Amino acid sequence: MAILANKDTRIIVQGITGREAVTFTKDMIDYGSKVVAGVTPGKGGQTVHGVPVFDTVYQAVRQHSAEASVISVPPAMVRGAALEALSNGIKLLVLVTERVPEKDTIEVVGVARADGAVVIGPNTLGMINPHTVKIGMAGGPVEHVKKAYMPGPVAIASRSGGMTTEIANLLTTHGIGQSTCISIGGDPVVGSNFLDLIPLFDKDPDTKAIVLFCEPGGVIEERLSELVLSEEIKTPIVAFVAGRFVDTMPGVRFGHAATIVEGKRGTAAGKIEQFQKAGIHVAEGLNDIVSILETFL
Amino acid sequence: MRLLEYESKEILAKKGIPTPAGVLVYSPGTISLPPPVVIKAQIPIGGRQKAGGVVEALDQKEAEYKVEQMLSRTVRDYRVNKVLVEEKLDTAQEFYLGITYDTVAKEPIAIFSAEGGVDIEQLAEREPEKVQKRHFSVRTGLPEYTAREMISQASITGRTLLGLSNIFSLLATIFLENDATVTEINPLAQTKDGKRVALDCHVEIDDDALYRNPPLAQKEKDPHRVEGGRIASDFEKKATEIDNLDQRGVAGRLIEFDGNLGLIIGGGGASLTAFDAVQRHGGHPANYCEIGGNPSVLKTKELTKHILSKPGVEKIAVIMNVVSNTRVDLIARGVIKGIVEVGKNPSETLCVFRVPGAWEEEGFKILSKYGVDYCDRTVSIDEAARRGVEKLTKG
Repeated sequence: MAILANKDTRIIVQGITGREAVTFTKDMIDYGSKVVAGVTPGKGGQTVHGVPVFDTVYQAVRQHSAEASVISVPPAMVRGAALEALSNGIKLLVLVTERVPEKDTIEVVGVARADGAVVIGPNTLGMINPHTVKIGMAGGPVEHVKKAYMPGPVAIASRSGGMTTEIANLLTTHGIGQSTCISIGGDPVVGSNFLDLIPLFDKDPDTKAIVLFCEPGGVIEERLSELVLSEEIKTPIVAFVAGRFVDTMPGVRFGHAATIVEGKRGTAAGKIEQFQKAGIHVAEGLNDIVSILETFL
Repeated sequence: MRLLEYESKEILAKKGIPTPAGVLVYSPGTISLPPPVVIKAQIPIGGRQKAGGVVEALDQKEAEYKVEQMLSRTVRDYRVNKVLVEEKLDTAQEFYLGITYDTVAKEPIAIFSAEGGVDIEQLAEREPEKVQKRHFSVRTGLPEYTAREMISQASITGRTLLGLSNIFSLLATIFLENDATVTEINPLAQTKDGKRVALDCHVEIDDDALYRNPPLAQKEKDPHRVEGGRIASDFEKKATEIDNLDQRGVAGRLIEFDGNLGLIIGGGGASLTAFDAVQRHGGHPANYCEIGGNPSVLKTKELTKHILSKPGVEKIAVIMNVVSNTRVDLIARGVIKGIVEVGKNPSETLCVFRVPGAWEEEGFKILSKYGVDYCDRTVSIDEAARRGVEKLTKG
């Protein structure tokens, strides 16, 4: 089962005629995802890898009903594209665009919440339910995805897109499959963060354990620890916190925009301490993720 | 982009929030404002007061002397190239008004306290009942009635309540209209003659939204606006030049460390992971860096040569996550070429190469040809780092 999407999920791609979108549309189709239509205003009537392109989401969903949309348009157009999708009944948005203004993200997320829709990203590589569906760029071409991912009981949520595949690959190498793998996006505000996803994983009968890839910056890990303590998330969680060395260098930017450490807040050490208090397993090295998982699988 | 105090106050004043009478001064000389005055260094960082960046002067002569002094100083690593001289007001009470994003709730949040002039987070932790917080919608802003509800919780009434609520609502409008991520007035003073004035404020603008604010975007590009902060070393600057050789991918975003193991690591999350792993296994990195996208052979080659040019760096470790966009063979070719061009032996200099993924067969072929021990996808980033460090220490 996994979460959010399955093999029957009907997907549109907004901005499908863009260079990146043309590539990942093919990768999604090859993997078996049902890409039913694309939208690029002004380019209606074209096709991309056999997928019909429409000028509006309205036209696209009227002819090919859809539940999910991958949005790959320039940053200034993400807000409009996302609101267009929501107003046409799309229930799962994957915003792959980087550098979206925070206010736009927040407005989109607010409307989605009111509509009962889920937003992944922005600045995400997307999600993969192994051997079932892939939405977005995650993992690249099908032969790569098949090497790195395999179906099984472990969910992955990662603040880094590349590390989503890296961790899936690590688990696959050790014969541990995955249920749903989500690159949540590298921005300070993302549509679905650990707090939103972990309750979904917890309810998913296919998910027996959860792996998180965390980075310094923000307070989402600290808040997750509170949630785990108060709401009794039953599924075991293994967290890997990267960027421990960043703690010693306040004010320096590393990697993602969110990895900015100010004073004591948001440090790797602080997150690890809170995780441990909440009973979340902390993997010291990447390989420890495997050895910890093996104790409860 | 963090605005300077005077830039923030210009935005506030334009919206109708009162600020003290003041003049911006770039060089020593006559101060046209009658004393007593407050002299404030215009630098883009907090903690100015404690670092001596804010001083008072009681008469004209003292003011001119202190302005001259301030303009020759460096405060918290920033050279003070302009000061804001403001009238000193008689304050009866100080309030805190702030707007920022609650990144967890994914909504803007308005924060108020009747005890301004303090570190609001410490106060919120110590005495949470003294800090009012309320989320609001980016679509509606902070209505004055919501502001009144919050402020009246602190038993504030009458004209003060109305005046504060009006300012609070305007502050939220400023936050939204300018794509700010923080707008904060701390303190907002109620003067002894009953006026409300923003004594200090802090505004940060979302860098990703600067395109919607051309005047600010222009200011941000001005090299004289801010002088100082963390200054890139020559080693780091050279790496930036390498990254700018062409537009293909990233190879050169680099931070210098004082160890002996050169690192070529990527992308964002994987760089953090690999750097930690090297340290965890006892290695001492000479640098942090990020490579990503699909950098040209030229850039990777130049970056390799550059890192190897650092005194004390004998070996280099190349570690990335499983890649689908980056081509393994191009990374391998660039690294090997760089090593060969500086006259070293790849099999000795490259202590670990762990980049699995797209075009890996071709990449591994190149590495084999030069006798380099490479790792495939079954070797984790952590294990690769361990092998690299081991090879470095055992020689």
